[in-house]
Amino acid sequence: MKLRNAFLAPSAVLMTLTMMAPLAIIVVYSLLTRGAYGGVELPWTVENFTRLWDPVYGAIFLRSLGIAGVATVLCLVLGFPLAMFIAGSGPRKNLYLSLVILPFWTSFLIRTYAWMFILRDTGIVNSVLQSLGIIREPLPLLYNDGAVILGLVYGFLPFMVLPLYATLERLDPNLLEASADLGARPWETVVRVTLPLCAPGIRAGAILVFVPCLGTYLTSDLLGGSKTVLIGNLVQNQFTASRDWPFGAALSLALMAIAMLLLFAARRKGEELL
Amino acid sequence: MKRGLAVYAVGAYAFLHVPLLILAVFSFNSSRFAVWQGFSLQWYRAVAADGNLIEASVNSLLIAIAATTAATIVGTLAAYGLWKRGSAWLSGSMYLSLVTPEIVTGASLLALFQWIFRFLHLRLGMHTVILAHVGFSLAYVVVVVLARLRSFDRTLEEAALDLGATEFGAFWSVTLPYLGPAIAAAAMLAFTVSIDDYVITSLVAGVDSQTLPMVIYALARRGVNPALNAVSTLIVVGLGVLIMLSERLRRA
Repeated sequence: MKLRNAFLAPSAVLMTLTMMAPLAIIVVYSLLTRGAYGGVELPWTVENFTRLWDPVYGAIFLRSLGIAGVATVLCLVLGFPLAMFIAGSGPRKNLYLSLVILPFWTSFLIRTYAWMFILRDTGIVNSVLQSLGIIREPLPLLYNDGAVILGLVYGFLPFMVLPLYATLERLDPNLLEASADLGARPWETVVRVTLPLCAPGIRAGAILVFVPCLGTYLTSDLLGGSKTVLIGNLVQNQFTASRDWPFGAALSLALMAIAMLLLFAARRKGEELL
Repeated sequence: MKRGLAVYAVGAYAFLHVPLLILAVFSFNSSRFAVWQGFSLQWYRAVAADGNLIEASVNSLLIAIAATTAATIVGTLAAYGLWKRGSAWLSGSMYLSLVTPEIVTGASLLALFQWIFRFLHLRLGMHTVILAHVGFSLAYVVVVVLARLRSFDRTLEEAALDLGATEFGAFWSVTLPYLGPAIAAAAMLAFTVSIDDYVITSLVAGVDSQTLPMVIYALARRGVNPALNAVSTLIVVGLGVLIMLSERLRRA
């Protein structure tokens, strides 16, 4: 037993220092007043939380939820057939699976930059369309919500495909055969047998995609430009340019609360990671 | 149906891989625009001559190596300890660290560091970045190693104990070798999340600890720059080689 404690001690210290203590500080700061020079000051106040109900911020929250939601649904719609393909591809499964994981290993930042390169006014899409004479003026493909959603789907698709594949792979093929024998068309089997049985994978995938999309900062900053302000950008701004740490802390807690609520709602017995 | 899925899969794989391919192809373009004008290595020369990029790359590598080493060792020990018996505090804080949005992790770490600096004469720098990286990659290591431990046959360790091994001896010579592949995979994961991180790093880095993602980000915000394509290609190829090597090691 002593050995176990010695093994756990370093990580307990580290997690306390890098996760729990910062969180405690954020909770305290969220209840303090913004200092004249950017720090925090007494008195205690709940004003930072009441400010969250300001329609301006409400709109940003709704917009973030909307963009994360659309990206998650798109990941599911795009990822499900891909996961089905991999699960049904026999001996080449591992190759096809690693082709999905490979981009996940390469830098997220670079994958986002790739879309800047493709979508910008003088990017490859506009260049090709212009040289073919289809358009004259470049299409405004970059710096809008659509580009942000595209970047998120591109970045997080593997997170959806992996859990979907994991559940599909464990699916009993007899059930699908039974469905076919009983006269279901292939798509009927997919909708009425495969999909419902994949619920745990869909839940896991949706959480793995939705939560980081909701807090996204990088994608919206690079692909959305200054037009697309999401919660992540708002938080970043409070801690840097605006130097309103108490409000940034309150925003952070609100963001975490939403993520936690979703995780709690999606949680089922026996699906824990840790 | 099967055929339809296969056709779809080709499209999906194209969506996943073509953007990076385009990036790589145009890193060899002699024009700075997205029109092919001939092969050139000028952007690679520009990267090699850019002191900022080189310095940031060195910083990134140092940080990733230090953070990976620490997180892998501490995380492996923690996974083993948690496997023996759970700890609500540790599992809870790791779970939190996995689900907390990066921007919140970064901002709260910055708040903590600034608060500590009121009492100590320290500044943001490599040390704060490394500490942050160890913190956020630790949970990944634990998840990967713990997954492998779940399939470990406890009786093997008990046999070692019955045969006279000490508790630590059993861990060292029976359990640890079994965990080898998982530890390698965990280290690989920790390394890639560390070397790639921008959001948390940018908040806790000081003036002398600019990392490669920070420099790339600053350049990307100013607009597209073919030198960035060259850097990106180098990183993607570098990480690719690393993954292949670690796969080889794992299989050997």
